[in-house]
Amino acid sequence: MSTPNGVMAGSPAVAAGRRPSGALWPTLRAIYIIWYRDVLRFWRDRTRLAVTFAQPLLYLIIFGTGLSSALSGGASGFGGAGAPAGFSYTQFIFPGIIGMSVLFGSMFAAVSIVWDREFGFLKELLVAPIDRSAVAIGKALGGATQAMAQGLILLVLAPIVGVKLTIVSVLTIIPLVFVLAFALSAMGVAIASRMRSMQGFQMVMNFLMMPMFFLSGALFPLAGLPGWMTFLTRIDPAAYGIDPLRRVLLEGAGMPPAALDRMSLTIGGTVVPIVAEAGILLAFGIVVLAIAVRNFRVRD
Amino acid sequence: MTATAVDTVISVKGLTKSFGQIEAVRGIDLDVRPGEIFGFLGPNGAGKTTTINILCTLLRATAGQASVAGIDVEHDPAGVRKRIGLVFQDPSLDGQLTARENLQFHAFVYDVPAAERAERIAAALEMVELTDRADSTVMTFSGGMKRRLEIARGILHTPDVLFLDEPTIGLDPQTRRHIWGYLSELPKRQGVTIFMTTHYMDEAEYCDRIAIIDHGLIQAIGTPDELKAMVGGDVVTITTSDNATAAPEIAALAGSDPIADNGTLRVEVPDGAAFVPRLVRETSVEVISVAFRRPSLDDVFLKLTGRAIREEEAGSADALRLMGRAWMGRGQGR
Repeated sequence: MSTPNGVMAGSPAVAAGRRPSGALWPTLRAIYIIWYRDVLRFWRDRTRLAVTFAQPLLYLIIFGTGLSSALSGGASGFGGAGAPAGFSYTQFIFPGIIGMSVLFGSMFAAVSIVWDREFGFLKELLVAPIDRSAVAIGKALGGATQAMAQGLILLVLAPIVGVKLTIVSVLTIIPLVFVLAFALSAMGVAIASRMRSMQGFQMVMNFLMMPMFFLSGALFPLAGLPGWMTFLTRIDPAAYGIDPLRRVLLEGAGMPPAALDRMSLTIGGTVVPIVAEAGILLAFGIVVLAIAVRNFRVRD
Repeated sequence: MTATAVDTVISVKGLTKSFGQIEAVRGIDLDVRPGEIFGFLGPNGAGKTTTINILCTLLRATAGQASVAGIDVEHDPAGVRKRIGLVFQDPSLDGQLTARENLQFHAFVYDVPAAERAERIAAALEMVELTDRADSTVMTFSGGMKRRLEIARGILHTPDVLFLDEPTIGLDPQTRRHIWGYLSELPKRQGVTIFMTTHYMDEAEYCDRIAIIDHGLIQAIGTPDELKAMVGGDVVTITTSDNATAAPEIAALAGSDPIADNGTLRVEVPDGAAFVPRLVRETSVEVISVAFRRPSLDDVFLKLTGRAIREEEAGSADALRLMGRAWMGRGQGR
C-alpha cells in the first residue's frame, strides 16, 4: 500500500541531487494545506452548509413519517425485522440518514475534483512542486472532513426523532463516522482521478451512489433478504459504516442487544463486530486511496 | 533561426505529442533566451496548449526533448515545477478564498520562506494594483482582476519562466492592454522569462520573438519585424466585380499569385503606391476597391499557412466551460 512515506519510492522521476529522504515533510505540508483549503471553503459556503442539513432532514421526515405509517400496520415496526415495541421506523432510519449524508457529502467532494481538473484550481495543484500523492490524500481527507461534518451535524436532530444520545455513544459515533467518510471520500477521489469529463463522472455517480445508498441498510434492515441482494449489500462499503452507527445509536436509546443483533449486518449468519466493520471500511479506504494516488501520479 | 551560442532558458528539440491517432505536436524545435518575451502564435488547435502543457510537465511528450531552466521536463518534472510559474487559459483561482489567501496558499505550496511570505504577497498585490481588494473573495472579481491576481501568483515564488496560456482570452481590449502593461514590465522587474501563447495578432507585437505554429509545426520564428519582412513590400487588398477573372491578371501584374480571402484578393507588391494605378488600368474587370498597407503579422500568418487566424467558434470545451460557469457559478466562485 502506498503510505505517505512511500511517496518517492519507486518514482523514477526523482533526479539525482533531490533529497528523497526529505520528501515526506513537504508532502505532509502539502496534504495539510490541501485539506485546510477544503475545510476553509466548506466553512465559508453557508448556503451549502444549510442545504447539506436540509436534504437529510427532508429524507428523515418524508421517509420516516411516510414509511412508519405504512409499516405500522405490520406486526413489527421495522419491516419484519422483529424490533421491540416502542421503537419507531424514524429511529431506525436515523443512523441511515446520517450515513446517507456522509455518502452524498463524500461524492460531492469528489465531483469538485473533476470540475477543478477541467476548469479550475486542481491545475494549480497539479503543476505545483509537490508529490501528486499529496493531492489525492489531501483531497480524500478534505472530503472526509466535510462529509463527517455533514453527518455529525445531524446528531442535533437525535432528540427530535427520539434517539437518546449519551456521551459514550457520541464519542463512539465520531470515529465511526470518520472511517465511513474517509472510505467513501477516498473512493470518490479514486473514481474522480480517472475521470476527465463531468458527464462521465455524473453517470458513474448515478449508477453507483444511489445503489450504494439503497443497498446500505439505511432504509431497511439487511436481514432476511434474497440471496442475490444479500450479496450486493455485503459488498456495499456504506453498509459497513451504517450498521455500526445504528447499533451504537439504538443501543444508546435503550434497545436490547438481542433485538439489535436481529437487524445487524451478518456474514455467514454471524453478526460482524463493530470493530471488524470499521476495520473492513478502513482497509477498503486505504486500498482505494492507494489507487487514487497511483492515478494522480500518471501523466498523460 | 536561433543562434547556437546564445544561452537558453527553454530548449525544445523534435518535440512530438500524439493523442491516439491525432498528432497535436509534430516535431518542433525552439530556443527561448533568458529575459525575453516569447510568443507562441497560432489558431486554436494548432498545438500551442499541448506544447505549453508538456513544458510545464502536465503532459508527457511522445518523442523529443524539452528542458526548462536547464532541467529536463521528462526526467525531473518536480524540479521544473519549482522553477516555473503558470497562468492558464481558465482561471485556476479559488473563488471562495480571498486574493490574499490564494497567494498564501501558493506561497505555502511553493515553500516560500515563512518570513518572506507576507512581504512578497504584499508586493505582488501592489504590482497588479489589487492591494485594496486583497481581502475580498475572488468570486467577486472581474475577469481582468482575476487575471492580474493570477499573474501576481505566477511570479510569487520568483520562477525563472512564467508560462501564460492565452492570458488575455475573453477579456475586453482595454483590460487586455492593461494586462500587457504588467507583462511587458515583468522581465525587467523580476528577471523572469515569459513564454506565452496567443491567437491575437496584435498581442504578438508585444513579444520580443514569436514562433508561428500551425498544425503542430513551427512555420517561422523571429522578431515581429523579421517575420513581417518575410512578407516583403506592401499588402494590397483588392475587390473586383469578378475575382476569378481578375486573379490571373493580378498575378501577372504583381509577379505572385493573389490569395483569395473573404471575397477579396490579397497580393504582396514591393511598392503599393505604384501598383494601384497599373492595377486599375490593366485589369479587364471592374475594380471596386483597393487598399494597401504595411504588412502585419496577420499577413505573415496568411502567407505561411494560406489562411487567416480567426476567432474560431466556441469549441465543445468552451461551451462546457460556459455551461459550468452558469451552473456552478456561485459554488465554484468563477
